[in-house]
Amino acid sequence: MDYKTVLTTCTYCGCGCNMYLEVMDGRITGTIPCKTSPINEGKLCIKGWNVHEFVQSPKRLTRPMLRKNGDLTEVTWDEALDFTASRIKSIKEKHGNDSIAFLTSAKVTNEENFLLQKFARAAVGTNNIDHCARL
Amino acid sequence: MIEEIKKQVRELLTSGTIKGFLGLREIDGHIAPYLFCDAEDMDSMNLGDYKKPGDARYPLNRILIHLLSHYPDEILGVLVRGCDQRGLNGLYSLNQLDPEKVIPVGIPCPPELAEACECSRPYPENRAVDGQAEGYSNQTLARIAGLDIGKRFEYWMNEFARCIKCYGCRDICPMCICRECSLECGDLVGKGDIPPENPIFHLIRAVHMADRCVDCGLCAEACPADIPLRTLYKKVADIVKKEFDFQAGYQPDAKSPLNVLDQ
Repeated sequence: MDYKTVLTTCTYCGCGCNMYLEVMDGRITGTIPCKTSPINEGKLCIKGWNVHEFVQSPKRLTRPMLRKNGDLTEVTWDEALDFTASRIKSIKEKHGNDSIAFLTSAKVTNEENFLLQKFARAAVGTNNIDHCARL
Repeated sequence: MIEEIKKQVRELLTSGTIKGFLGLREIDGHIAPYLFCDAEDMDSMNLGDYKKPGDARYPLNRILIHLLSHYPDEILGVLVRGCDQRGLNGLYSLNQLDPEKVIPVGIPCPPELAEACECSRPYPENRAVDGQAEGYSNQTLARIAGLDIGKRFEYWMNEFARCIKCYGCRDICPMCICRECSLECGDLVGKGDIPPENPIFHLIRAVHMADRCVDCGLCAEACPADIPLRTLYKKVADIVKKEFDFQAGYQPDAKSPLNVLDQ
């Protein structure tokens, strides 16, 4: 008999609502809003209520993909990073810093968002950075 | 009170009467639903009291249905207040739980909580500990019922207008057991609009709660828009009580009059 609730933070936006994921026999089966969280006080929006559905979705990307001859193809991280870095470099040289923009995510940590803006501003030299929560 | 409960649950666990006890545990400063399988874990048990009595209650019966459908051969204990016991009674009659697989450990609610809930029976029939709060009458409902019909309609439409259609009221509800939910039926409720079509969205749920709501209040506590759902469901339950002399979960073996085809 293996049932537990695991306290975690919703990844859908920057609010930081706390929730319990219900885990039975190692599989996530449900979401319960955390009543003692000072952020959401036992409430969630429709996205938060359904977090358990995406975590184990077979539709999630688990490896980087590159479009080759019109088809998305799984590639290694090295290949994906080499391709991205060389394309950013060549676009930057040909069209200037502000021809490149970055779109970051609510589903990553503050620190990762900090790193991406640092990369955009310091490495590429553009202020063109935005966030998926504004879409 | 809590020490006596811990003692009784420890005995149930060590004697092998139950395989696990579904209750609440304080861990890392939070109160969470927890399945106690080891009597030694009972030290960290909590009754759902965080800053105020009963402010960290969770839908344990809902989790219990889930657990027992996964482990149908086991017998589990569960922490119950008056509303939870009514919930169990209702779920037995709806064939969602087998009473032979459930051992409720009942606690009475303190007067402060009973008054805040305006609960008419803030204690289960069988209690593991003494002490009993009195039932409270429903002042909030009486106040709204006292408005003239135009004002009352305006009051509810204003409340419903804040709905963000999160389905939290349904998702937290220990008595919402349908596999297919009318609130997701496109023919009844249009898709893609916030607030949802009102008042129909909330009235559909209210009608479904009329013979089922056990007045635990978890819906109102889960509502991000602070819609007084509990008052709405108290109203529909009151209609069923007056018309059919039926209150969900009050009589253990009673079947809902809304499930009977009769003249």
